[in-house]
Amino acid sequence: MKPARFDYLRAASLDEALAAIARHGDEARIVAGGQSLVPMLNMRLTKPGLLVDVMRIETLRTPRRENGALVVPAGTRQAILLDRPHVADELPLLAAALPFVGHVQTRARGTLCGSVAHADPSAEIPLCLVALEGEVHLRSAKRARRVRADDFFVGMMVTDRAHDELVEAIGLPLRAPGTGYAFAEVGRRHGDFAIVACAAVVDGRRMRLAVGGVADRPTARDWPLLDGTALDDALNALAWDLGAGEDIHATARYRRDLVRRLGRRVLEQAAEEARRCQG
Amino acid sequence: MQFAPDEASEEPRTRKRALGIEDSRFVGQSVERVEDAALLSGRGRYIDDLGHKPGTLHAAILRSPHAHADILGIDAEAARALPGVVAVLTGHDLADVAGPLVPALRAAVDARAIAVDRVRYVGEPVAVVVAQDRYLAEDGCDLIEVEYRVRPAVVDPLAALAAEAPVLHEGVGRNLVSDRTFRYGDPEAAFAQAPHTLSVTVRYPRNTGSPMETYGVVAEYDPSDDSYDLLANFQGPFSIHAVVARALKVPGNRLRLRTPPDSGGSFGVKQGVAPYAVLICAAARKVGRPVKWIEDRMEHLAASVSATNRVTTLTAAFDGEGRITALDWDQVEDCGATLRAPEPATLYRMHGNMTGAYAIRHLRIRNRVVVTNKTPTGLVRGFGGPQVYYPLERLVHRIAFALNLDPLDVIRRNLIPSDAFPYRTATGALYDSGDYRRALDEAVRDGGLDALRRRRAEARAEGRLYGIGFTAAVEPSVSNMGYITTVLTAAERAKAGPKNGAQATATVTLDPVGSVTVQVASVPQGQGHRTVLAQVVADVFGIPLDQVRVTVDLDTAKDAWSIASGNYSSRFAAAVAGVAHQAATRLRDRLALVAAAQLNVRAEDLVFAGGRVASRTNPDAALPFARVAATSHWSPGLVPDEVGAVIRETAFWTPPELIAPDEGDAINSSLCHGFIFDFCGVEVDRETGKLVIDRYVSMHDCGRILHPGMVEGQVRGGFAQALGAAVYEELAYGEDGAFLSGTLADYLLPTATEIPDLDVLHLESPSPFTPLGAKGVGEGNCMSTPVCLANAVADALGLEAIDLPLTPAKLAALAARGEEPAPPQGRAAQAAIRPGDRTLRGTGEARVAATPEAVWAMLLDPAVLTSVIPGAHGVRKLSDTHFRADVTLGVGPVKGRYKADITLSDLDPPRAATLSGAVTGALGNGGGSGRITLAPDGRGGTRIGYAYEASVGGKVAAVGGRLLDGAARVIIGGFFSALARRAGGGEARPGLLRRLLVRLGFSA
Amino acid sequence: MPRLDAVRRHEIVFSLNGAPARVEVEPRTLLTDALRHGLGMTGTHVGCEHGVCGACTVAIDGEPARACLTLAVAVEGCEVRTVEALAPEPGRLGVLQAAFRRHHALQCGFCTAGILMSLDAYLRCRPHATRAELTEVIGGHLCRCTGYAPIIAAAVEAAAVLRGESIEETPSHA
Repeated sequence: MKPARFDYLRAASLDEALAAIARHGDEARIVAGGQSLVPMLNMRLTKPGLLVDVMRIETLRTPRRENGALVVPAGTRQAILLDRPHVADELPLLAAALPFVGHVQTRARGTLCGSVAHADPSAEIPLCLVALEGEVHLRSAKRARRVRADDFFVGMMVTDRAHDELVEAIGLPLRAPGTGYAFAEVGRRHGDFAIVACAAVVDGRRMRLAVGGVADRPTARDWPLLDGTALDDALNALAWDLGAGEDIHATARYRRDLVRRLGRRVLEQAAEEARRCQG
Repeated sequence: MQFAPDEASEEPRTRKRALGIEDSRFVGQSVERVEDAALLSGRGRYIDDLGHKPGTLHAAILRSPHAHADILGIDAEAARALPGVVAVLTGHDLADVAGPLVPALRAAVDARAIAVDRVRYVGEPVAVVVAQDRYLAEDGCDLIEVEYRVRPAVVDPLAALAAEAPVLHEGVGRNLVSDRTFRYGDPEAAFAQAPHTLSVTVRYPRNTGSPMETYGVVAEYDPSDDSYDLLANFQGPFSIHAVVARALKVPGNRLRLRTPPDSGGSFGVKQGVAPYAVLICAAARKVGRPVKWIEDRMEHLAASVSATNRVTTLTAAFDGEGRITALDWDQVEDCGATLRAPEPATLYRMHGNMTGAYAIRHLRIRNRVVVTNKTPTGLVRGFGGPQVYYPLERLVHRIAFALNLDPLDVIRRNLIPSDAFPYRTATGALYDSGDYRRALDEAVRDGGLDALRRRRAEARAEGRLYGIGFTAAVEPSVSNMGYITTVLTAAERAKAGPKNGAQATATVTLDPVGSVTVQVASVPQGQGHRTVLAQVVADVFGIPLDQVRVTVDLDTAKDAWSIASGNYSSRFAAAVAGVAHQAATRLRDRLALVAAAQLNVRAEDLVFAGGRVASRTNPDAALPFARVAATSHWSPGLVPDEVGAVIRETAFWTPPELIAPDEGDAINSSLCHGFIFDFCGVEVDRETGKLVIDRYVSMHDCGRILHPGMVEGQVRGGFAQALGAAVYEELAYGEDGAFLSGTLADYLLPTATEIPDLDVLHLESPSPFTPLGAKGVGEGNCMSTPVCLANAVADALGLEAIDLPLTPAKLAALAARGEEPAPPQGRAAQAAIRPGDRTLRGTGEARVAATPEAVWAMLLDPAVLTSVIPGAHGVRKLSDTHFRADVTLGVGPVKGRYKADITLSDLDPPRAATLSGAVTGALGNGGGSGRITLAPDGRGGTRIGYAYEASVGGKVAAVGGRLLDGAARVIIGGFFSALARRAGGGEARPGLLRRLLVRLGFSA
Repeated sequence: MPRLDAVRRHEIVFSLNGAPARVEVEPRTLLTDALRHGLGMTGTHVGCEHGVCGACTVAIDGEPARACLTLAVAVEGCEVRTVEALAPEPGRLGVLQAAFRRHHALQCGFCTAGILMSLDAYLRCRPHATRAELTEVIGGHLCRCTGYAPIIAAAVEAAAVLRGESIEETPSHA
């Protein structure tokens, strides 16, 4: 399990990184924390011609608050964000979900943007980004654009990112007044990819549920405030719509059951919290 | 960890003397391990930490992506041309120097270390690339092209028995390689007379020990005397040394096996190094240089070794009080693609104790061994025990529920009585010692069973799913070398000659300054043998622990060993520590003669204690131990003639109780028999199906405990592995033989956050058959815990049958009340998927502007195919309906080059055609077919309908159904979407692919 | 910086256990291989090469990292610490190491270096770590021998000793 050969560029600046991926297109891969990419390199599932390391780019290191969102750049490691003072106040959903992302050791290296760019349908960070209706900030040598999370994730490890673009940052909307957030997941072991993960955002008018691990990308649904059988029906429809698959860890039926059960649990929790802060 | 001198009362001291140790300062104490300082400082010497000879080359192994296929050709030209690659060796290239590994059973199975013309499991070696370093060797593997013709595979042991099943080894003619029936007592009468009978059928799944260190081999061949020097983290030599030497066609003394000083764990699994030892030795011979191979984790999971999976139907005859009078075992053992020595040992290891802890006198046993297209099996901790105790202890629980009795009472009623030891079982084992009822009673009392029952009652009152399970098990240790011959008939055994015994050996050496070295052939895999041997020998000589140094790295060219030497069947404490004690005692007794001559006292009056050899009656008459020990080096003239040189003693010991199977197939398969009684309380979460272990109590009687800390470590370690086997781990295969557990994200080992509290209790019934009274202890929980948990789950959910692993998805389904909520109106439910069926299915429809005739023409046009086969680099037309192409397929970053073979059939122009394709490449292989229908849409265009079935195997399947099955779907879907796009006259718009996939059911 | 050519070897310079280290590697060389075979630091073990088992865990700039998921070229200029640095001097054990020995928290010892490095890094930043936190840290590693209980006990005790608290002399296997 050794990687195939590749060239390596430790980019000192954003421009250097963007120029490299502009020149090499699909042959180039960005590496940040490496926690998703390097296993695939070792297994030779991917054989890029060039790796562009963005972890030494000073300007991509520090998260900043901007227009009601926390903008987390490509170089921010998961552990740094989890250790951020008041993160549970700023981003309660992410603070609840991050401890489920891998282990202490992988969070110390892995980045948020790396997880988003990798687009594993079971991953927690893409799920939170979708649940919060966040944005992905993409930049190429020619242009910069922002894509809604819902539109960014296309399928299993497939995103809207063009070959010459870098996920420069993600924008995570900060806690909104009168809004409740909840997260829950079921995995085989602690730290595993979720079999099903659910993230809920509920305010006075609407409830939003995002589900990971079932469809080929994190998928969200919005409803007016529902409860009782109306909520059951909505969750049941969603469970069937996601097209759950079978694998060695879980059956499709189990995944649908978890969508119904965890979905209800997190929506109720978030609704309760929303009621509390509306006081 | 204090280890104060044992100044206890005279009574225990007397007992210890009776067991052979005069002054037990260390034995029985949890002294700190002598191994640990080096291991904690990064100074371990594992196989990959040792330097190797300059010029050593590195090997990587290309492995089969198919479960069953003929090898039509291997093109290694590009790999051989790669700078840094020294050789590419196929099965044919090595056939003259590497013969088959002979199994324990005469059967015409092909058991080679590398495939020749045919592969029979995913991961089977197909070629070895030898290069300057491992990276280059893997580069070489990527460049080899193998052409396979896929054969149908069989993975289920019962399916393998069917007349129409694909046959793995034509020489055998069928997949059943052994079928023996045994009869003990009068089972027919017992069944006829019994008021009740009951059966359970169990499918025990595959798992493995997964040591953290993988296999490693460094081999060199010396043509000047036709000999091999082999360094391997093998746990033998034991019987396998002979098998490896024979495969390499050299006598045993031309195969020098050395093992590294440290091993990163085995749990039986390192036995499977043997075929790789053959393979790398043969490669080294071919390239004329030393070759090193360190297995990687994906190789290890796919193709190292697995415990057997087994289908068992067990029937009991019993009375109204649950007393079992007879058992009828029907076992179908699945040894995978071939019988790899010492298989089918897994099936026979337990033969003497098929009645477990119970006094059952009448048995019928049918043992069948089958081969299937899965990795060959071998030693895994527990070795045959879990497969036996699972049905036996499930059955005991079932009997209790059937009679409305407490399972604990049924267990107690059937236990072998305390006064019956040594107890001869119906199948021939001689249980050495024990007090099962007392162990059970003490466990119930000290483990708090009453409190647990209250917790169950409370939980159930709240509507929670809580259950209690029990297991009683006998843990065999120190295998009889002859047990495996029970697979032969008495006549076959007579012809082959009897096999028996369990030779253990140790060498104790005194050096010129009186320090002591112990050498054993026990090949420890982390269990702390060096510490225990130092304890034993230091106590015999009455010297400090650090005056004894133990070496355990083995060299078959120089060290004492026998065919029984090695690390298996929990033989260390019982056999090896005992023989070390004997060697040391013999030296001590002769040292006493040396000292007696100098002190002018009687040797019998001398006592070895406190670093001195002193008269018991006159303490002033004393010599330092070191002085006496060095005498034969410095002053042999002082040694009485009849004593001889007192420098080195090699002792061999084999227990007389281990005799060969008799005419009636009775076999004392193991020397020692420990006892385990476990119980646990578990809760199944209704919402998630997750199993929560509320309390687990494990009572052990492993005879005399030599080192309590290590016994504790063995029990806890075994428990954790058993928990893994019960709940998390499975070496999973698809129906097509694709291997599905290829990474540690798929084969799930428990971590610190999954392990519940474990309450370990002990009783000590010393074995009368071993020198120190000790028995094995390391394997017991692997035998008892899986079924104990299953019994508790069955109690919680009110189940009659449950198989492992106890996954949340399975438990949630079993706990579910009622049907699943139906899909909303107007939406079809997903078709139910058969377990193990990995076929990807899809249907869809697209409308395009071209006429059916135009679309039809496209389908038969290579230029069009080039554009619709995703990533095709040109299509070669072999006939009007047969095409070949090189393609690059990828989803996200996962990209690979493949060779594609496409045929069109069942042509019905211009209405329908079947398109079949197969792709093969380094990342795996896929195959499938789709029926395409074309119909006019009434507006000048065409409605294209398609339905396909496809499957994916090889690396892509092994590294995560979770990640990559979905990716494969996208790739396959890509073909159909491209066809539609092309047929639409290039009017595809961005996003069409995604919408098509949505329609195909790939995503929401 | 210039692009490093795939087929050439390149010298990287970093701090290893407090001393300068130089090693020539290809861009694809994993840190595990650079440490073990390039620099002879064989205390860092290789268990899975896909980031799950944790045997290869080292500290990079004070944070735990899977060396098998780290390219050697990426540690240019970093501070790398391995198990070889844990003992205060040759022949003595550090607090964490001694606690492991006392509690029989290792058997084959193959996974141990990684666990020690994770705990060492964690306890340096969080001396007041709870048992639950330490269990989670250990949860990022696989050990097949011990069943984890003695490792957790050793970690809890070592944390207490490092905080200067006196520990109860309880047998580790109780």
